Amino acid sequence: MAEADKEKNNNLSRRDFLRYGFRAIIGLGALSVAGHTLFSSKSHDMVWQLDPDKCIQCGRCATRCVLSPSAVKCVHAFAICGYCDLCSGYFRQPPFALDTAAENRLCPTSAIKRTYVEDPYYEYTIDQSLCIGCGKCVKGCGSFGNGSLFLQVMHDRCVNCNECSIAVTCPAKAYTRVPAHSPYLLKKAAEGSG
Amino acid sequence: MRNFVTCFFPRGSKLLTIVLIMILFGVISAAPLPAEYRFPRPEFKSEYEIPKTEVPAATPSIYEYLDLFVLVVLLSIVSYLVLKRRSRLGIFIISIFSLIYLGFLRRGCICPIGSIQNVTLAIFDSGYIIPLTVIGFFLLPLIYTLLFGRSFCAGVCPFGALQDLVILRPVKLPAWLSQTLGLFPYVYLGTAVLFTATGSGFLICRFDPFVEIFRFGSRVEMLIFGGILLIIGIFIARPYCRFLCPYSVLLRLFSRFAIWHGTITPAECVNCKLCHDSCPVDAILPSTPQAEPESRSRGVKRLMLLLILIPLLTGGGAVLGSQLGHVMSYLNSDVRLQTQINRENTTGTENYSEDSSFFRESRQTEEQLAEQVATTKADFYTGGFLLGGFIALVFALKLISLSLWRKRDEYEIDKAQCVSCGRCFEYCPVEAQHKRAKDD
Ligand code: SF4
Ligand code: SF4
Ligand code: SF4
Ligand code: SF4
Repeated sequence: MAEADKEKNNNLSRRDFLRYGFRAIIGLGALSVAGHTLFSSKSHDMVWQLDPDKCIQCGRCATRCVLSPSAVKCVHAFAICGYCDLCSGYFRQPPFALDTAAENRLCPTSAIKRTYVEDPYYEYTIDQSLCIGCGKCVKGCGSFGNGSLFLQVMHDRCVNCNECSIAVTCPAKAYTRVPAHSPYLLKKAAEGSG
Repeated sequence: MRNFVTCFFPRGSKLLTIVLIMILFGVISAAPLPAEYRFPRPEFKSEYEIPKTEVPAATPSIYEYLDLFVLVVLLSIVSYLVLKRRSRLGIFIISIFSLIYLGFLRRGCICPIGSIQNVTLAIFDSGYIIPLTVIGFFLLPLIYTLLFGRSFCAGVCPFGALQDLVILRPVKLPAWLSQTLGLFPYVYLGTAVLFTATGSGFLICRFDPFVEIFRFGSRVEMLIFGGILLIIGIFIARPYCRFLCPYSVLLRLFSRFAIWHGTITPAECVNCKLCHDSCPVDAILPSTPQAEPESRSRGVKRLMLLLILIPLLTGGGAVLGSQLGHVMSYLNSDVRLQTQINRENTTGTENYSEDSSFFRESRQTEEQLAEQVATTKADFYTGGFLLGGFIALVFALKLISLSLWRKRDEYEIDKAQCVSCGRCFEYCPVEAQHKRAKDD
């Protein structure tokens, strides 16, 4: 009986030994991975943003976001806008008439507001609550105008998916992770105007 | 520009350099808009002021740290409930909270399961900087598991909580089936790591069955997938946890060596068999007959055979894996795109596919793409080699562990499989006795 007990004890201690050994191995492994990653880590978060200079306005920003409507919306860099009467981001090409009737406008949701400033200038503002991020105006503005309209991931809406599902399909590889404390990639000129 | 300045003032004062740079910048920013703009900025005669470009502020990253804090608190409470209070009700209540907060409110992102990919990316992609909070999400559940068992699965993981809710008519799976299916998380983990390391995307996020439910999202395939899992989950408890979850591979490993793990009974097991049916994930191992079912020498011989088999299997798996890796590389979008473009170029068609015409429109060149594809393919080859070896090794080790016979005098918890849900506690008559004794 005593013999058996002793053997049991021996067995146990061998198993315990193995167990502690394994614990140590796992612990060390975890620590080294942690150490490696910690070493290259930053205390700030990263968020998704698209580089407007790479974007080709394929239209996927509007449809591939996990949110509907998309977290991507149009932004206007007023500082580089030409305030054109015939805005190629606002009017369909060729325009039937320079009035704000829906059939003349590019934006499918009438999210762009056109206001008269002075002769011959008009200001164009985006109603973010209507914009769906389709990029039609961006394409229009970029092809004939100054390119002052561009798309951005709006960080009041974006839920910061671990893998942005637009980034996965963006054909221009325009998406990158940027630090959360400066989460926009505005057009350079727009930034300069401050 | 700095070089330009310093070459004129090789050992000149730093201040001078800085002043010069500032002046130059001042000139540049005060200058009229570059001529590349088709329409110059108008000179307004009226009072009109050019508005600023407005962008909404991001949610402050305080939230990320708050989430981390919540994670620690929840893990601690659940561990306490499992080990000290032995309260199934408590665990259940916390899991509902986790489901609502981490699942529906914080929308299940970023979760420890997905963070595997961020950690992988941080290791393989020098351009990716992993946030501290993500490391926290990855490590904390593992640390708690090494201490207390899978408290994370018991009441913190929103996936686990959701699946736990629908366990209504759990059936026992035949052992061979659950053992075989239980190997799939290893395959999934390995594949996910391979895809992340080769820059082919986050598989775990892409095939996340429940996040669409948490977000009331619109990816129908994933909603259906999640729905099917939940329906299966009525009968086969926690199907995602047991047969898919890649994080569970790590959790199982860590839990196996947990320092303090929950136990079925608070005192000595009386071998009443009552608990056995209470476990929905078949993690309770019954006590065994006293004698080994076969002669010792036969067992040893088989073990030897299996040990010899390990390197053979692993090697074979690795070779097979490298071939498979080549095939898998076609799941990478760049590789597919290049194949498509090459096909179009050789047939000379103008009928471009959507992806290819977008590519031709964008600023990337075919040379860049080809370079990218070459590295990706090479990475897949190496990665496939490692993946194949890993899977074969897991398979071999599983065979060995199945063939080993271990005597159990009591009903025991299989620490690796147990998700610490606490269902077995109240089935134990010893527990009831203890409670009564305590109350008196
Ligand atoms: S998916 Fe890419 S290219 Fe298409 S609109 Fe969005 S940023 Fe632009
Ligand atoms: S055209 Fe599209 S991107 Fe531009 S404002 Fe309208 S909805 Fe937004
Ligand atoms: S991270 Fe998610 S929510 Fe944000 S833009 Fe991408 S898909 Fe949309
Ligand atoms: S096994 Fe995976 S999915 Fe299930 S509860 Fe644990 S971490 Fe969550």
